[in-house]
Amino acid sequence: MTATTPGGQARPVSSDGEVLRCEHITKNYGVVTALTDVNLRLGRGEVLGLIGDNGAGKSTLLKILCGFQPPTSGRIILEGQPIVLKSVDHARSLGIDAVYQDLALVNQLTVFQNMFLNREKVRWPLVRNQVMRKEAREHLDEMGVHIPSVNVPVAQLSGGQRQAVAVARSVFSDPKILLLDEPLAAMGVKEGAIILDLITRLKREGNVSIIIIAHNYAHVLEVCDRINLIQGGQITLDKRTDETSAEELTDLVVAEYRRALEERQRSA
Amino acid sequence: MSDTAERSIGKAGAPQGGAAGTGDTLMRVVRVLGRQREATVFIIAAALFLYFLIDQGSSFTAKSNQVTIWSDNVAPYAIIALGEVFLLICGEIDLSVGFVVGFAPYLMHYLIDFYAFPGLLAIFFALLVGVVVGAVNGFFTVTVRVPSFITTLGTGFILLGLINTTSHDQPAPIPASVLGIGKWISNYAWAPIIWAVVLTVLFHIVLTRTRWGLHTVSVGGNLLGAREAGIRVNRIKYGNFMITGLLGSLVGLQQMYYTNNITPTAGSYQWMFYAVTAAVIGGTAMLGGTGTIIGAFFGAVVLGILSDGFPLIGVSADLLSIIFGGAILVSMVANVQLTRLRERGQS
Repeated sequence: MTATTPGGQARPVSSDGEVLRCEHITKNYGVVTALTDVNLRLGRGEVLGLIGDNGAGKSTLLKILCGFQPPTSGRIILEGQPIVLKSVDHARSLGIDAVYQDLALVNQLTVFQNMFLNREKVRWPLVRNQVMRKEAREHLDEMGVHIPSVNVPVAQLSGGQRQAVAVARSVFSDPKILLLDEPLAAMGVKEGAIILDLITRLKREGNVSIIIIAHNYAHVLEVCDRINLIQGGQITLDKRTDETSAEELTDLVVAEYRRALEERQRSA
Repeated sequence: MSDTAERSIGKAGAPQGGAAGTGDTLMRVVRVLGRQREATVFIIAAALFLYFLIDQGSSFTAKSNQVTIWSDNVAPYAIIALGEVFLLICGEIDLSVGFVVGFAPYLMHYLIDFYAFPGLLAIFFALLVGVVVGAVNGFFTVTVRVPSFITTLGTGFILLGLINTTSHDQPAPIPASVLGIGKWISNYAWAPIIWAVVLTVLFHIVLTRTRWGLHTVSVGGNLLGAREAGIRVNRIKYGNFMITGLLGSLVGLQQMYYTNNITPTAGSYQWMFYAVTAAVIGGTAMLGGTGTIIGAFFGAVVLGILSDGFPLIGVSADLLSIIFGGAILVSMVANVQLTRLRERGQS
């Protein structure tokens, strides 16, 4: 499987101000089509909100962008260069990092071990716990993430703290692009504030472009510059945040739902 | 991952500033138990040793009896348990390793006596066959996705059949060309236990201080998360099956030299079950993500002393199985309860 369409020409992309672009991304799982001809662009330093209902294809798109799975067809262009992501590690080496919905934290390991998961500092054959402990501590302080101790297993942290550790970990390697899958899911107001603060902080620093996937988008609207609505595997709306509102987005989602319902009733 | 496990229990509830009165006391008990998980097994082992020492005196302390405990009993269980701990942490198990113990010496014997292999090369292949069996177990478990309990049940029976058919159920003498190498492996009476101690230290370091160990814990603790973090989870599982198989081959050769004989009944299910029992009473749950190498070693010591001591004090060895069974259930309940309490402590 490759990420290039047979017909896709390598036309030059104005990389100025644009860090990532997806062209005609399609993903099929057997006979099920999860994404159809998705086109998406992400500006440098921009925070893009990717919203849509359950099963619309948000997470599928994220998993393609972070190298977890390849698209059936279509291509990804990073800073003007078409790329084929071979693995999560490969994507990470190109500066694309993701925070998954389940956070990819290992409960039994400590905060610092999780921060360095699969990126351990090693003086062969041993891992360098002292160095990792110190760097994890410094990095979390820098990010303004408050954790009682980096030696605590992540099982002991609250939901917000866990999410914050996962986000802090993903910006550890100084990525160009950060993908956040449902960062506010199942989180209280206070917990969510930790994450929104963190995102705002990253945005202010301006080194990283962010795509936030959200199911309940009311919260993320305040940090996003632009919103893409994804419905039935396609992007159906692309607007600047200040040109739209939670009401408009809700109406669109509801309208889509009604349409689908009617169709189902008709065919029944 | 003993020290993280300890820490996780030790710090339970701390970030939230502690729960109400009874919960607090409960947590303190859990904390102590948790931190002392290996210590608990160590104390049981030491207490048993003292009991038989006082009760039986010189018949227990006699060199021949001590050799029986440590080299006949503890060493093989402890060495096989090293592999089982790594597998149990990944959420897998190997039921076939006991038959690798039996098969490896026969393979060596066939290669030398029927195919004229040089001794060292035959030993190499005897060790390799364990790795190959591990890879086959890995293939069916990881790639074909048959649960490892079933996979290794199958490969175990196949190996048993291979041993019995090819040997016609007959023991064989050790080929002359490899007799000399035996002194490096286990001719010396204490050699098996020295191997066991050295390997235990090595595997403890691998589990707690290397990427392989941390990734093994990650695979058991959060399979999807480990995959998302880019860990090659299949490689970890394959590797741990292969390590376990290699340890089975090693124990097989050791026992061959130690007993100065190749027999079709070496190893078998009993040793595998003892090894898993050692791991479980040592504090390794099959719940994934937690386990301790040191605990498994002392678990093997407990089994080794009991197996030797009971006949000494005139108690039927048949009773042992009841005691081992009870010990497994008690340890497992303790493990499950500890995990449950730890989870409660965090909310």
